[in-house]
Amino acid sequence: MSQETAMAEGGFWRDTGRTGIGAWIFSTDHKRIGLMYLYCVLGFFLVGAFLGLLIRLELMAPGPTIMTAKTYNALFTVHGVVMIFLFIIPGIPASFGNLVLPIQLGARDVAFPRVNLFSWWLYATGAIIVLVSLFTGGGAPDTGWTFYVPFSARTTTNVSLAVFGVFVLGFSSILTGINFITTIHRMRAPGMTWTRIPLFTWSLYATAWVQVLATPIIAITLLLVVTERILGLGLFDPTRGGDPVMYQHMFWIYSHPAVYIMILPGMGVISDIIPVFSRKPIFGYKMIAFSSLAIAAAGSAVWGHHMYTSGMSDTGVLVFSFLTFIVAIPSAIKVFNWVSTMYKGSISLEAPMLFALSFILLFSIGGLSGLILGAAATDIHVHDTHFVVGHFHYVMFGGTGFAFFAAAHYWLPKYFGRRYREKPAIVGWVFMFIGFNILYFTMQVLGMEGMPRRYYDYLPEFARLNFVATVGSWILIAGVIIVVWNLWHGLFKGEAFAGNPWGGATLEWSVATPPPTENFEEDPVVTHGPYDFKGAGVP
Amino acid sequence: MSHLEKDSFGAKLGMWLFLFTEMLLFGGVFLLYSVYLTRYPKEFGLGGRQLDLVYGATNTVVLLTSSLFAAMSVTAIKTGAKKLTLGLLSGTVGCAFIFLGIKYLEWSAKFHHGIYPNSPKLIAGPPGESIFFSLYYLTTGLHGIHVIVGAVLMSWTAVMVQKERLNASDNVTLENVTLYWHLVDLVWIFIFPLYYLIL
Repeated sequence: MSQETAMAEGGFWRDTGRTGIGAWIFSTDHKRIGLMYLYCVLGFFLVGAFLGLLIRLELMAPGPTIMTAKTYNALFTVHGVVMIFLFIIPGIPASFGNLVLPIQLGARDVAFPRVNLFSWWLYATGAIIVLVSLFTGGGAPDTGWTFYVPFSARTTTNVSLAVFGVFVLGFSSILTGINFITTIHRMRAPGMTWTRIPLFTWSLYATAWVQVLATPIIAITLLLVVTERILGLGLFDPTRGGDPVMYQHMFWIYSHPAVYIMILPGMGVISDIIPVFSRKPIFGYKMIAFSSLAIAAAGSAVWGHHMYTSGMSDTGVLVFSFLTFIVAIPSAIKVFNWVSTMYKGSISLEAPMLFALSFILLFSIGGLSGLILGAAATDIHVHDTHFVVGHFHYVMFGGTGFAFFAAAHYWLPKYFGRRYREKPAIVGWVFMFIGFNILYFTMQVLGMEGMPRRYYDYLPEFARLNFVATVGSWILIAGVIIVVWNLWHGLFKGEAFAGNPWGGATLEWSVATPPPTENFEEDPVVTHGPYDFKGAGVP
Repeated sequence: MSHLEKDSFGAKLGMWLFLFTEMLLFGGVFLLYSVYLTRYPKEFGLGGRQLDLVYGATNTVVLLTSSLFAAMSVTAIKTGAKKLTLGLLSGTVGCAFIFLGIKYLEWSAKFHHGIYPNSPKLIAGPPGESIFFSLYYLTTGLHGIHVIVGAVLMSWTAVMVQKERLNASDNVTLENVTLYWHLVDLVWIFIFPLYYLIL
């Protein structure tokens, strides 16, 4: 920490009563909390990516390659748990949300700064519990990240502790959601009307509602897994009259909306970046803002599409399938609006914009393949195959992951007062984009051909494409390393970054670089919209 | 909204959002109840009749009284009546203890009859009965934990009132803790008929 404090000058980096690590882990400043989240989620992303790399190495050739089947089971479980609960759910909202949201609203901090710090502590505690569960008791969980019963109630691995860690992480997520909703309702600067709220913050508003309304369901469900294991309640045990499918329902009642906790903030990032790098006001501001809420609402009623093959009435399948297609509408509205924003714009292809553009393409591929899964007839064919794995990596990594890096290249220089070098960023992006498509598009083809997911071994006819996918994972990881190294090096040692070089019209670009502890010298009065470049006085 | 004044409306908004999450937490349990009630109506009926209505009804009265005390304490602190506030808060915490005591008696009686999660009697009996009592222990146990948390919060607020950190002009924390207490009460208002009355 000391080196970082020495490198970055001024602003919130300097103004603090405490010294050393205490100045960070006890700070209620939303910017410091956001950066702490950022370091954590980035660290877990790299861990998760490394585990993914190992999975791909194992699948490079048929038969045992580098590990035993048991290790493989633990590996894909931990990869999922780390990526979902430690990286992607807190990813953009907790890190960039904390960094950017209060400033975009013209506030000095979030509504409950101490609760904000507490929620970081809960995140850290939950993360430590999950990590401890991997190395203690019966070893790392081998259930898959979904913890499906009855296996999760019976396996001898350390499921109870891991699940309890996720429970604590859920608490952290809920508190962040409550904080953001209250902040957006109560802390807006004078003149910051609802239709002047930047779209990133709008997306966080929709996300926060999902966090508040969906997370309690996973909390009770995971608690039930623990009680099932410890007290033997038998609520999901068919021999005792329980129903394992009920577990699946309760799990997905949370975990499907959670998909929108992951993707909505990413969409918000893109909505903020595209107009700035196209030099044009956003097209269809209200529709983008509204579609975030529509996705959050409709997305809460589609969980059953994960369970077409689990035992559900045909009517149930039909209804869930129909509702799933409805979610596609607001998602498509966003994509069309982003493209319309760029039309006849003066587009500058810098790193944040490249990541944003690849988001649109990759998210569209992921979203459209989601419709193949949402339609019951085709889903039966590709259910639980690599097609599903390819699909959600397109949405989660190609969508949220690329949006995360877009946000990092767009906002972090503002907070560090230094910037990364442009060329390595672009080279890294090219590697990521190519490697990504080789890896996951191949997975989708494999799935179409019938290769099941979560299998340790496979038939020889899948060998060639599996090899190709593994090569893709190497290219992808090379890109990730270049990008992260370039960011890290640039933000601590790079050239100075000041003012508003990209010409953003949202409030975070109007404050000093790095922003002072209190964000604003005086409470701002907002006189223009978030994409009104003329009103903001930027060229 | 200036950041300098304390925003008590905002604090209450945050609390209400938190209460939503609590309702949804219990919602999961009620969801299981409704599904399994449809599946095992007969066994649920038999199980429900084994619960002691006297214990249940007494606890309902105790909890409603505690909520009344809690609501009155908010009115009291706003008029600056510190002693009255403290008395009413002690009344609430006292009721919480009575509630937990009765719950203890009720549970021990059941344990005595060999009815507890994973007990040989329940495993040997019909599946629906085991499900009913598992749900019963789960729901009342989860609610009991909330009663304990609420009592701890109430006691902590009482200390704050004693130290005059909460007073006639600044008392939103007391109001929020009271809201939480009402939620605990409200959840019981649903648990009581679902387990003791309608079956």
